[in-house]
Amino acid sequence: MSDKVEERSSDLQDLGQLAEPEKSIVSDMLLRGLKVSPAWLALSLVFWGVNGLASSAYGLGLIFANFVFAAAFLTWAGRISVAALMFAALGGFILRLAFLTVAVIAFSKIGVFAPIPLAITIIVSHLGLLVWETRYVSISLAYPGLRPSQMRQRNRKEIK
Amino acid sequence: MIDLLAQADNALDGLKAVGAGLGYGLAAIGPGVGIGLVVGNAITAMARQPESAGMVRTTMFLGIAFTEALALIGFVVFILLNFA
Repeated sequence: MSDKVEERSSDLQDLGQLAEPEKSIVSDMLLRGLKVSPAWLALSLVFWGVNGLASSAYGLGLIFANFVFAAAFLTWAGRISVAALMFAALGGFILRLAFLTVAVIAFSKIGVFAPIPLAITIIVSHLGLLVWETRYVSISLAYPGLRPSQMRQRNRKEIK
Repeated sequence: MIDLLAQADNALDGLKAVGAGLGYGLAAIGPGVGIGLVVGNAITAMARQPESAGMVRTTMFLGIAFTEALALIGFVVFILLNFA
């Protein structure tokens, strides 16, 4: 009986080590974010000047760091246990909010700080990247055959 | 008279900062509860179907990030009240 339980728990641990989707989600989001960020920074420069550009760049950096930290913490905790996962999710939430607050207060002491572009960048980049990523994830979760690249290939074959 | 006005102005600034801090703190309560619900249900799902842990964790991560957006809105209000 205990052998079976040990086998089962080792299987679960293997599965947990194999399944680390947070890394791939965040790397995907970062790639998309890096592609779009020059356009967003150019818009910030046009609307709010150099201060707006610096604040928008800082906001983008904060959001990217927030995602990376969340993924790294959850991945690390997922390898330990589900209880650690719960701790990482809730503790990480508090830690990340504290990090964001300290980072923005520190940045506000610098001369180039512009609150409105920073605030808009934080909300737009966080929600925008999430919605963009969800579009692909929801498609691949529900119908693995409907991933955009596979669909394109299939359509090409059908056309031929 | 001018002293009184200056004191009132300082008091208003102080109240604004207290309001910003309170607003931020209150805005973080809902997402905290939400993240607890998301992760709790994800753990239940993983315990019931360990083979779908990867899919559950993907959904969980996105759920956490969406819930966190609410706290970020509170954070943005805090920035605007304090610094704008």
